[in-house]
Amino acid sequence: MKYLQYIVGGIVFGIVMSKSEAISWYRIQEMFRFQAWHMYGIIMMAILIGTTGVFLIKKFNIRDYRGNPIPFHPKDRSIPRYLIGGIIFGMGWALSGACPGPMVVNIGFGYYAMLIVFFFAVLGTFLYGYFRDKLPH
Amino acid sequence: MLYLLYFGGSFGFSANLRTICSMSGAGKNVKFFDFNWKSQIWNLIFLIGGLAGGFISSHYMYDGKTANISQNTIHDLQKLGFSAPDEIQPKELFSREAVFSLKGFFLLAVGGLMVGFGARYAGGCTSGHAISGISDLQIPSIIAVVGFFIGGLIMTHILFPVIF
Repeated sequence: MKYLQYIVGGIVFGIVMSKSEAISWYRIQEMFRFQAWHMYGIIMMAILIGTTGVFLIKKFNIRDYRGNPIPFHPKDRSIPRYLIGGIIFGMGWALSGACPGPMVVNIGFGYYAMLIVFFFAVLGTFLYGYFRDKLPH
Repeated sequence: MLYLLYFGGSFGFSANLRTICSMSGAGKNVKFFDFNWKSQIWNLIFLIGGLAGGFISSHYMYDGKTANISQNTIHDLQKLGFSAPDEIQPKELFSREAVFSLKGFFLLAVGGLMVGFGARYAGGCTSGHAISGISDLQIPSIIAVVGFFIGGLIMTHILFPVIF
């Protein structure tokens, strides 16, 4: 069962996201209204642990479980693509109250309305791929 | 994120949306989806795990708690017509009645479209940019997260009073 670690990781992700209420539309509203530390605490904690971990991986050349080096891919330098894409994403995030991970966790949780959001997110991704060459990057 | 790096992956959830397009055969017509999606199966498995994680927490770990949000948020949302939370999602958007109303369906559809389109345009979502990218101190991810917030603030403070 070579995929076991990913299913375990996903289950932990799903439980943490729902128990921390990060999948709640209300929490996203609260975040965009700067009325509580809740979401900022979760995100900053993740970044703090992540930054420390990445630093240590690079400093000590830590390898993955197969003994291969762990690659980091610098993203292409650009401003419009990240800014425009980011703004569109942010608007959708505030409206639906979910980014892609929490959408799926919500469906598992029993909020089947998120199936609609998820389906249209796949469609949105397809539209991006279709119009990709015509967009500024 | 570190867990996935250790197991040879990377933490970026919205990549799955591209993989699903590719699996559905979009690669025949659109080059962007013409890649070896089988190399992304691990990430789809992670997605299924997330689905199962949500199921486990609602069926075996849920204590019926509501989202315990700040009084100011409850007050602001009431002005827009949202009642105080009695579960973790508002029934005004996610209940059966809302989904089968024209406006309700339209809002969920537009929200989803923007998330999917924007995530791929920006090259990542909250996990790929805000967590993985910023942990690697990448400038593009910082720009993307600034974009996420500009978009979220426009929607919340300018468009919500018009929509609701």
